[in-house]
Amino acid sequence: MKQTNEMKIEFDSRACNESFARVSVAAFMTQLNPTLEEVADVKTALSEAVTNAIVHGYENQIEKICVACRIAGRELFLTVSDKGKGIEDIQKAMEPLYTTKPDTERSGMGFAFMEAFMDEVTVQSEPGKGTTVAMKKKIGRSYEMEYQN
Amino acid sequence: MENLFKVEGTDLIILVPAELDHYNAEKIKSGADRLIENRNIRRVIFDFKRTVFMDSSGIGVIMGRYKNIRFMGGEVMAIHVNSRIYRILTLSGIYKVIDICEEQSVQPEIF
Repeated sequence: MKQTNEMKIEFDSRACNESFARVSVAAFMTQLNPTLEEVADVKTALSEAVTNAIVHGYENQIEKICVACRIAGRELFLTVSDKGKGIEDIQKAMEPLYTTKPDTERSGMGFAFMEAFMDEVTVQSEPGKGTTVAMKKKIGRSYEMEYQN
Repeated sequence: MENLFKVEGTDLIILVPAELDHYNAEKIKSGADRLIENRNIRRVIFDFKRTVFMDSSGIGVIMGRYKNIRFMGGEVMAIHVNSRIYRILTLSGIYKVIDICEEQSVQPEIF
């Protein structure tokens, strides 16, 4: 039986809460004994998802964003949900450099970064209802190699 | 408020804060553009000495300044880039259009 642990936080969709969300998830994942690199990867991916919720989901209106975190064995599961305007075409939204807001200097790299730094990224969205981004990452690959040898 | 900008001749040095995310990006954009316009800036230098975190919002800031200054024949560079920031710059492809120095080796602009 894999050991599990969960936490959930909900906060206002203000840009100043982004660092709060990053630090909270980083603190929670320390029990997996991650490397600094792994913590940085998760923080970047989380930051992208939360920024998307604020900038695109709610278009800077103040609503709630929920970040849920689950640990199962050595795997970290992370979901970021908003009840914002949703995504019309998820596949298009996930293309690198594609952005619906080029005028505000969004780089269009958000989903590309999430995919680069996490093992798995899935997006569920319904226009008018909201978006949930679910991500997964296995922590402690280096230990695993040690145990095997 | 912490000091984000330094003008030396026609160089604008942006002292990037510890975390360059969406929140800090907004502060840098408006301040930098005002200086670029008013102080005849020819080169924008992003100094990452104290930066430990950056996401794609940071790429947006660099890209935006690059577009503005290129229009006037200027250039953009990044200094004191640590391995984490370097990885983000590489992943985004922006390293192709800006100069990156891992250590400080920028010569002051003579002209």
